[in-house]
Amino acid sequence: MEKPVNNRAWFLVLPVLVLVAFSAVIPLMTVVNYSVQDTFGNNEFFWNGIGWFKEVLESDRVHAALGRQLLFSAIILAIEIPLGIFIALNMPRRGFWASLCLVLMALPLLIPWNVVGTIWQVFGRVDIGLLGHTLAAIGIDYNYVNDPVDAWATIIVMDVWHWTSLVALLCYAGLQSIPDAYYQAARIDQASRWGVFRFIELPKMSGVLLIAVLLRFMDSFMIYTEPFVVTGGGPGNATTFLSIDLVKMAIGQFDLGPAAAFSLIYFLVILLISWVFYTVMTAQREVP
Amino acid sequence: MAAARDGRGWGPAIVMTIYLLFLLVPIYWLVNMSFKTNAEITGAVSLWPMNPTLDNYRVILTDPSWYMGYVNSLTYVVMNTVISLAVALPAAYAFSRYRFLGDRHLFFWLLTNRMAPPAVFALPFFQLYSAVGLFDTHVAVALAHCLFNVPLAVWILEGFMSGVPREIDETAYVDGYSFPRFFVRIFMPLIASGIGVAAFFCFMFSWVELLLSRTLTSVNAKPIAATMTRTVSASGLDWGVLAAAGVLTIVPGALVIWFVRNYIAKGFGLGRV
Repeated sequence: MEKPVNNRAWFLVLPVLVLVAFSAVIPLMTVVNYSVQDTFGNNEFFWNGIGWFKEVLESDRVHAALGRQLLFSAIILAIEIPLGIFIALNMPRRGFWASLCLVLMALPLLIPWNVVGTIWQVFGRVDIGLLGHTLAAIGIDYNYVNDPVDAWATIIVMDVWHWTSLVALLCYAGLQSIPDAYYQAARIDQASRWGVFRFIELPKMSGVLLIAVLLRFMDSFMIYTEPFVVTGGGPGNATTFLSIDLVKMAIGQFDLGPAAAFSLIYFLVILLISWVFYTVMTAQREVP
Repeated sequence: MAAARDGRGWGPAIVMTIYLLFLLVPIYWLVNMSFKTNAEITGAVSLWPMNPTLDNYRVILTDPSWYMGYVNSLTYVVMNTVISLAVALPAAYAFSRYRFLGDRHLFFWLLTNRMAPPAVFALPFFQLYSAVGLFDTHVAVALAHCLFNVPLAVWILEGFMSGVPREIDETAYVDGYSFPRFFVRIFMPLIASGIGVAAFFCFMFSWVELLLSRTLTSVNAKPIAATMTRTVSASGLDWGVLAAAGVLTIVPGALVIWFVRNYIAKGFGLGRV
């Protein structure tokens, strides 16, 4: 059904436009402003052209943070997506148990991000945490404060703990839309479990799965609070991801120019991925 | 259990049990700690409190510098939810019912704000709100969180509204309803569950966010989450109180999650599931 064209609908979106312009466009313009200027303090600025962009694009520090970020996002996706599908396939389909599973699984998603960090910071400590204590008791030398590998492992397990349920819940919603008749047909054809998954469940889940992949990629790409609370970006710079590095630069060292240029590049990357996301979502909507 | 009926055996039940244990044990550990004294926490690792105490909760509920954190957080979260819904409702209606000049671009632009890294906005927000004299007020945080909550609310509401047949609108107009009266009297009750879900997700995403709320506040509007981080770095010792504060931040979400359980996927999937 085609929607009627009516340009007066603009009046309805006007409040959103004004509000988001105030909270997004004005701040972004400040960033643009800083990114092309330099200062010696005293609020005196002079034109610096693309100098900061060059500096940021050539900076080893930013490259290293970007590398860590991409590695982190890749590991997160490689674990959470298959695990989420697996969990969704094992969830009860209806009734009280299904509701209970939904609610318990959503619990980590509702915890403030710094409390997620705190939970794992405490949980992993060798002296007072169950995880750290147990690992120490069975003779594993585990210390997320000093050992980069342990720090990474802790943050990855934390993120899996925090967000796998999101993937599982989205896949579960996709599975719920499959009519029972499909399964009955598969049973008559004596399809194997793998066949049912490959030819019935996976195609039906593909839409939500794309959303899940993109959402997880975006959110892991801008992760800040959780690793900041657990490791503060350390040991050294081992867990300094893009957002942590940016905040260090902008608010810690007050390097406005480079931080602004960094922000804009970061934002352009996000914009690009958002566009892919949007295209996928709207394409899906128009097909059925 | 459903497993038996599906002919799937006990495998799924075992998988789910293991997964839920993985999710709940770290939370249990926090709850466990919140009922212990500091001496017991640092003394020996025990699976449950030997001498359960409510002292940690008493500290939080009697010390203004602690409990005001909750009041501040709740204040700006509620403000944000109200603002987000108020502006998102008409906009979502426009997107779901009409085509207009630049609608797709606008919809996409909203999405980019939901996806924008808060780290990019932390410093400009700080300067903007300082410049207009709103620094360290609840309004500043509420407005800042609109950055990602308004798009979210528009997307979720648009999803729900598109499920309502357009004939209803047309019939109402034929019956002589004006737009505002139709919207409030007829349309909003029809999408009541959608409004509830959108409100829940605005509330939640504002509640869990720390970076912006911490950057924009210092004393008067300091959120509970920021109060907690300060305590860790300053003393690093008061684990019991820290755990109790953490547990109290989980409570609001846990209380209402049952009511939105069937829409969780829709909310997290930006209304597109």
